Amino acid sequence: MEKKEYLELYRQMITIRRLEETAAELYQKGEIGGFLHLYIGQEAVSTGILATRQPQDRVITAYRDHGVAINAGILVRNVMAELLGKTTGCSQGKGGSMHMADVDKNYWGGHAIVGAHIPIATGLALADQMEKRAAVTICMFGEGATNIGFFHEGVNLAKTWNLPVLWVCENNRYGMGTSPERASAVSAIIQKACGYGMPAYDVDGMDVLAVKDIVAERLEEIRAGSGPQFLEICTYRFRGHSMGDPEKYRSPDEVKKFVENGPIDRFQKYLLEQGLCGQAEMDQIMQKVEEEIEQGVKFARESPEPEDAALFEHIYVDDNQRGEA
Amino acid sequence: MSMITMREAISQALWEEMERDEKIFILGEEVGVWGGTYAVTKGFLDHFGAERVRDTPIAESAIVGAAIGAALAGMRPVAELMTINFAFVAMDHIVNQAAKMHYMFGGQMKLPLVIRAPGGGGRQLAATHSQTPDAIFAHFPGLKVVAPGTPEDAKGLLKASIRSDDPVLFIENATIYQQRGEVPEGDYVIPIGESKIQREGRHVTLVTYSKMVQYSLQAAEKLAQEGIEVEVIDLRSLRPLDMQPVIASFKRTNRAVIAEEGWLSFGVGAEVAARLYQEAFDYVDAPIRRVAQKEVPLPYNRRLEQLALPQVEDIIQAVREVLK
Repeated sequence: MEKKEYLELYRQMITIRRLEETAAELYQKGEIGGFLHLYIGQEAVSTGILATRQPQDRVITAYRDHGVAINAGILVRNVMAELLGKTTGCSQGKGGSMHMADVDKNYWGGHAIVGAHIPIATGLALADQMEKRAAVTICMFGEGATNIGFFHEGVNLAKTWNLPVLWVCENNRYGMGTSPERASAVSAIIQKACGYGMPAYDVDGMDVLAVKDIVAERLEEIRAGSGPQFLEICTYRFRGHSMGDPEKYRSPDEVKKFVENGPIDRFQKYLLEQGLCGQAEMDQIMQKVEEEIEQGVKFARESPEPEDAALFEHIYVDDNQRGEA
Repeated sequence: MSMITMREAISQALWEEMERDEKIFILGEEVGVWGGTYAVTKGFLDHFGAERVRDTPIAESAIVGAAIGAALAGMRPVAELMTINFAFVAMDHIVNQAAKMHYMFGGQMKLPLVIRAPGGGGRQLAATHSQTPDAIFAHFPGLKVVAPGTPEDAKGLLKASIRSDDPVLFIENATIYQQRGEVPEGDYVIPIGESKIQREGRHVTLVTYSKMVQYSLQAAEKLAQEGIEVEVIDLRSLRPLDMQPVIASFKRTNRAVIAEEGWLSFGVGAEVAARLYQEAFDYVDAPIRRVAQKEVPLPYNRRLEQLALPQVEDIIQAVREVLK
């Protein structure tokens, strides 16, 4: 890997971090409505996963989706604009935090019903298999989603039809406030893959390079026709589930332990130690990210509110009815 | 024109569309080797192959979910639910995913998807397998709900549904698969969202759809013998709901009956009646009457089941009531 590739991973991770911190501030100020699920602490996961995907590879995820949006190539300003509900948002202000997508970048959303996108991922991969495209569908979900029926139906069908899917369980240890120990028959989520005859792997989600490498191997095998594979990525969210989380289910000490060994600090240290990047260069990258965030917020704030007419747009493709049944 | 059954009409539409467009494929329980639970896809596997006629596990969320994904990625899936009663198992994917995605992602996702689902009571399958829950699905903007009552409409509307870029729930009634009707030769498409006058009349407007179309025509025939001329209007789709011919008819007759197989409360009749009162209040000469299923889970016992289901005689009775 070349130096610039390392720095690109770093840039993406700190972009996500600063985007999320800024979003939290805007939420507190009332500029962002609804729910806001921050990706802080999990940056290495999506950054590593998307690092080696090919343009034809699809990615689909759950509602903690801002990070993937950035990694997929959506601009900060279009993410910000979506958070502020503007027409310039990646979903034209109709989806909000939980429903970001950019089909042209093969990013199929942002899905907020836990696990519901899992069978949809099966279908995306089915189309690629039927059309003989060398594409892999990467489907990300939390460990909590492995307890819902959608997961079992979706992965069962994908294996039955030998579809090109990489199932990625992003285990951040809590589904809202409930740990696998309290919600899952097996707390080692990876065991669930065995029931569906899939090769299964796990990796440290605080190590962006480890995530990148293992995903690259998996994508290569799946592309060569291995059928679906399962990857559990162990991670941790530093903030609450959403902005209104009393955090009674974990101790400040536990959080501190993970924060002190966070994915960005770790990668920074690695870059410096390996001589891949000096402190000055790192500061420079951070400076550019700060500017991008600042401009993104400005862009989002100055973007127009949707016209009233937008209310009735996009209900149907065949535009023979608007609003009325 | 040729006389064919409802089953043949649906089967022909599927077959002809699959011949026309290679992106179309079928998935569902027992659609392939078995030939379809109601034999609609008999012979399809041999002709189109296992790639395009896909037997699935008994997993309705996976069936509809996978159909959604394939549609997003450029295919044109036709998912078959063995019965509409199983649609509840896939409810999230039908009403919360398929119906929402085009809108919620700002128009960038398209779902050219058809979900075929036979329903209806009267086959002694008891409460869980006998429902006509059409109105529930018509509640959701973003989903189209088509429910034809004649072979001609079934064929033309299924073709339109398959060619539509929007998700369509295509509701069939399992008790009328053997019903015959005339169907035009060759390829034809009937646009979704146009009600049709199935029989003209000047005394009462009888609004109906699906299985109740034939019941309504039978009722109209009997009443005609007494000089009562009933205009039968077939909605053909519940969403979009084309009220224009209904309102126009009502303004001539000033009296209306709505006949549906599903339950009365919050049903199609309630919706149509409310719109008639709102759009044509000055034309009302009698309270609008609704004929529907009695408010019970359908029992197994044949006599009790028939007691709960709307009958031709109930429609005749309601017409007489509005003419009083």
